[in-house]
Amino acid sequence: MSDKKQFMFLNRRAPYGTIYAWESLEVVLIAAAFEQAVSLAFIDDGVYQLVTGQDTTGIGMKNFSPTYKTLGDYEVRHMYVDKESLEARGLTADDLVVVPWEDWETEETVDNIVEVVDSDQLAELIEQSDVVFSF
Amino acid sequence: MSDLHTVNKSPFEKNSLDTCLRLSKAGSSILLYEDGVYAALAGTAASGKIAGALADRKVYVLEPDYRARGLKSDRLIEGVEMVDYAGFVDLVESCDKVQAWV
Repeated sequence: MSDKKQFMFLNRRAPYGTIYAWESLEVVLIAAAFEQAVSLAFIDDGVYQLVTGQDTTGIGMKNFSPTYKTLGDYEVRHMYVDKESLEARGLTADDLVVVPWEDWETEETVDNIVEVVDSDQLAELIEQSDVVFSF
Repeated sequence: MSDLHTVNKSPFEKNSLDTCLRLSKAGSSILLYEDGVYAALAGTAASGKIAGALADRKVYVLEPDYRARGLKSDRLIEGVEMVDYAGFVDLVESCDKVQAWV
């Protein structure tokens, strides 16, 4: 049996107003470094974490949004976005960051690991995970 | 003179905006800042709240917080005014007191 576990990070908070989004990102990078199978899901206000064009120069906080674009390099393979949350906020996939992925050994590539999923798919993904982290 | 009401929570996560709108009087001013700025967006499930408030209240949004979140000017609900930090101070000064719906 493999020691590799399916980790799922549930992100449900907007960035900057609270520290949840940033803290989640820190733990994601740690989990990926330990070579676990890491997936992220963005639900409720969490979908705002992926909105492009963030500019924090006026609020004196670090803009951590460019980090999401690099998650493919840390072997994060899936970033799921809840369709219902996106629609309630008048957003579409076009408003969100694009995250490419490449397997260094097989050279398999994926143009964008950000994927919009419906409630049934998301419920299934959560249930299939070995460990779920909530932020 | 009237009060300035401030809201810094997302309308999708907390009921701060709802209570602010229920308990603020006509002629008062509302400033949206931090995660409160999401209420100022057109085309969302919460847009109707601010659109309704604009009938008898002034609504402002703090621009640095709006920009930090990657929100575009063309998504701002018509009638909502952008203010910077100096504008925030001016609002505080021009109103009787500040009621923060944290």
